[in-house]
Amino acid sequence: MKKVVKKHPLAIRWFHWINFPVLTIMIWSGLLIYWANSVYQIKIGNTVIYKFFPKGLYNALNVPFHLAKGMSFHFAFAWLFIINGILYVAYTAISGEWHYLLPNKKSFKEAWQVLLHDLHIRKYEPLQQKYNAAQRIAYTAIIFMGMGSVLTGLAIYKPVQFSWAMFLCGGYEAARVEHFILTIGYVLFFLIHIFQVIKTGWNNFQAMISGLEVIKTENQISANERA
Amino acid sequence: MSGRDFFSKRTKEVSNTAYRKRMIFSFLIFTILVIAGIFAWKWLNNQPGDQGALKPLRKTLEVNEKLLTSTFDTSKKAKIFDVKDAVKNVRVNGLIGMEKTIDTSAWRLLVVRGEGDTLRISLAEIETLPKEDVVFDFKCIEGWSQVTHWAGVPLKAFMDHYHLFTQQTLSYIGLQSVDKKYYVGIDMPSALQSQTILCYEMNNKPLPMNQGYPLRLIIPVKYGIKHIKQIGTMYFSNVKPPDYWAERGYDYYAGL
Repeated sequence: MKKVVKKHPLAIRWFHWINFPVLTIMIWSGLLIYWANSVYQIKIGNTVIYKFFPKGLYNALNVPFHLAKGMSFHFAFAWLFIINGILYVAYTAISGEWHYLLPNKKSFKEAWQVLLHDLHIRKYEPLQQKYNAAQRIAYTAIIFMGMGSVLTGLAIYKPVQFSWAMFLCGGYEAARVEHFILTIGYVLFFLIHIFQVIKTGWNNFQAMISGLEVIKTENQISANERA
Repeated sequence: MSGRDFFSKRTKEVSNTAYRKRMIFSFLIFTILVIAGIFAWKWLNNQPGDQGALKPLRKTLEVNEKLLTSTFDTSKKAKIFDVKDAVKNVRVNGLIGMEKTIDTSAWRLLVVRGEGDTLRISLAEIETLPKEDVVFDFKCIEGWSQVTHWAGVPLKAFMDHYHLFTQQTLSYIGLQSVDKKYYVGIDMPSALQSQTILCYEMNNKPLPMNQGYPLRLIIPVKYGIKHIKQIGTMYFSNVKPPDYWAERGYDYYAGL
């Protein structure tokens, strides 16, 4: 006999694994579009710290001169990104899964302790339910980022017809910058997410495929029951 | 909420066989989906092109276009800026279909009303029509934008003046440069939007050569690719007129 926890409902596993390639395609096609006017850079005074993006990166990814291609992919896959996102949010809201996802009052204090633990400064991990406080904040923030990408995207896509979106973003140029920053945010999220998944190990990773996570010791439950 | 919520509710005992079955089943499905995804991606990228865009993507652009045309609201105006916000050095982009010199005395705007029925209108005549200034954020499909100042006759007023009323009931306007090397098609609602002008002035001066002298289109509800320079011919149609950039993979609508 094995003791398992039904960690991820089937629907959430679907949303997760559909979103992964779709978001990747959105970022890639967005890069093809951005290349046509790649003007953003980080500057201190007059010194350019980093230019988005260096020629080498563009060439390595075969980015140059694919604006039309980028737009045709971007405005097709945007549908999948939006529909998948809406279904995910609707599912978590209706099923009650949101209980385990939304940060609560304690989360912001606890997230700090999680960070200290992850950095090996603090020995004990705060007690958690499905997700720890840092995860709750991250997985909720990423949904708001998604909404932000849709809003800023609409503002750039149809600044006259969706002038309300452009207004909310603070103008056309501002919407473009925000859309870009959110995308950088996804890339950073992705890198940290992958790192954490590898670090946490197979049992946790395979739960996003099978849905079940094996509970190895009694401590895991009893520790949580004490919370 | 206590820890009971998640772990107590969701924890159960399963037999080793049931567990193994579940693992094999879910990983099998997952593998099939990954392979299906790779094949779907390959299939999509191997689809024939339709005017420079992969067919399914072109179809999607057309669905987007239908949706946007049907919800197009002519009362929504591009944001108007103050004249002093307009830049002095206006960016020049797109020299396809541009003649080096144009003989204004010989130049006429050809307006094809119907078969064998073409109006020939001089610049002087167009300049007598009511003039409107448009100061707006010109947006290039490449991603840059610039507040610029233009003036000319609103296309709607121009069409009314020449009694092009039945033409206004058609779906599209087609425009060609003098040498016919550059051409655009524009849906009628966008063309008749009040900010669309047949433009002959920039920053209160006649249009410079590289900005489309003697006459260009300024249509703030579209990307720059639709703002055709050095217009030679105007015609009307219920089928989509050929469009230079739409033939090269871009969205035909290109609306904002």
